[in-house]
Amino acid sequence: MKPPPEKFVRLLKLLVFLLCLGPACVLTWKGFHNLLGANPIDVITRTTGHWTLNFLLITLAVTPLRRITSMAWLIRFRRMIGLFAFFYGSLHLMTYVWLDKFFDVHEMLHDIAKRRFITAGMTAWVLMLPLALTSTAGWIRRLGGKRWRILHRLIYLSAAAGVIHFIWLVKADLRRPLTYGAILAALLIFRLIAWARARLRAHSAEIREPVGT
Amino acid sequence: MLIKKPADIPSSEITPKSTYVNRRKFITGAAATLGAALAGGYYLRNHLESDGTVHAGGIKLSGIVKSPFSTSEKPNSFQDITNYNNYYEFSTDKYEPNGLAKNFRTRPWTVAIDGMVKKPKKLDIDAILKLAPLEERIYRHRCVEGWSMVIPWVGFPLSALIKQAEPLPSAKFVTFQTVIAPDQMPNQTRNVLDWPYVEGLRMDEAMHLLTILAVGLYDEALPNVDGAPLRLVVPWKYGFKGIKAIVKISFTDSMPPTTWNKMAPDEYGFYSNVNPQKDHPRWSQASERRIGEFRKRPTLIFNGYADQVASLYSGMDLNKYY
Repeated sequence: MKPPPEKFVRLLKLLVFLLCLGPACVLTWKGFHNLLGANPIDVITRTTGHWTLNFLLITLAVTPLRRITSMAWLIRFRRMIGLFAFFYGSLHLMTYVWLDKFFDVHEMLHDIAKRRFITAGMTAWVLMLPLALTSTAGWIRRLGGKRWRILHRLIYLSAAAGVIHFIWLVKADLRRPLTYGAILAALLIFRLIAWARARLRAHSAEIREPVGT
Repeated sequence: MLIKKPADIPSSEITPKSTYVNRRKFITGAAATLGAALAGGYYLRNHLESDGTVHAGGIKLSGIVKSPFSTSEKPNSFQDITNYNNYYEFSTDKYEPNGLAKNFRTRPWTVAIDGMVKKPKKLDIDAILKLAPLEERIYRHRCVEGWSMVIPWVGFPLSALIKQAEPLPSAKFVTFQTVIAPDQMPNQTRNVLDWPYVEGLRMDEAMHLLTILAVGLYDEALPNVDGAPLRLVVPWKYGFKGIKAIVKISFTDSMPPTTWNKMAPDEYGFYSNVNPQKDHPRWSQASERRIGEFRKRPTLIFNGYADQVASLYSGMDLNKYY
């Protein structure tokens, strides 16, 4: 498929960027207008958490969407959306560190060690950190495309840890966390099938054209 | 505030394009701004909120007497009390039940009293309202999830009702049951919890003067969202023990299975007395966030009612019988 004009992609990127900033803006606006309800810190925690997972899953949906629609240019949105997952994840972590624990390092370490949902959530964020740091063109060059791609597979683990964090946190009614889990599973299965098919193709190609002939 | 534009900006001060389009910096900046904005918003929220929240008036209750058991702490607003609570029959979200419970029918309503009693009976709610003088009880309310409120309940001691039923000496426990009304309570059509919601107390806990059946809030008939027409309030226990919309009270000789206890026995004990030393497996119970406050405050043993109730548990290992 013919890629759209450069100008269009740039404009769309700006639009998507603003859209991604939307949830944070809404949250801030509500905070200023006293619309976050009885327990604002709880709302901030939940909202930033949900958007972290949303953006992680959207990031993981870019490649399948590219393949299915043959719109290769969609790849140009992946880094930005991935960084937004990190942005919301960091806000989520900041809410915990600052508004929930008030920088009490001792208590946070105790929490991370003892409470499995915190362990999972912390793991998810830590796994995102190297991805955000190596998201620049410079780092792709330095690492080399192949190593960079392998490193960035950490996003699978991060997303899985994020979903587990959510599942372990709910008291009852697992509908929402399990929905995230199902979407993540679908996105990973897509990759598994793509990988298996590529292996199969490479294998049959080898049989047809043995090496050295 | 009017911010005057400087007369001239030297070109040296204009940020080069390469800098201002730097994505990383922008996001860091946005994070910092948002953080500051959130903090500011929260500060404003805490300092602008007025005391008496205006709300569409409910039915006024009359003849309410003050109680020496009330705390002098400032009660939370009607708005917060009715818009932030758990009522899983309606929703697992804490903000939704108020809207979903708006049209819940609390008349006609009867409460069955049965089991090990001399006088089993079916009482009409309006008769229950006249059973004893109504008292205002301003109690601390501590949720197992780590938040708390101060709530001006209106009600009467549960003991007044129990005495009418004349329990047999063999009765050791009281069990309470919430109404089953899936046509009105959307979550009762799904297996969120094992319906109907059941809670229980040991007989001495039930007879304790602090234990009340609440029928009102802020001098008005109890709002649907808080468990109308009749709910249990046991201020030294976690909030989920305070069962709502009660239709049945039974007396038994053995400890009844209760809803949350059956669901996760390691998380919700039968007693569930507020205890800062006994952590919930998923969070610490050492501190709590009082709704409307920014910093957390330390949680008190028996929610600050130790003087009145600690003797009920003398000799019991509170870490074992949580």
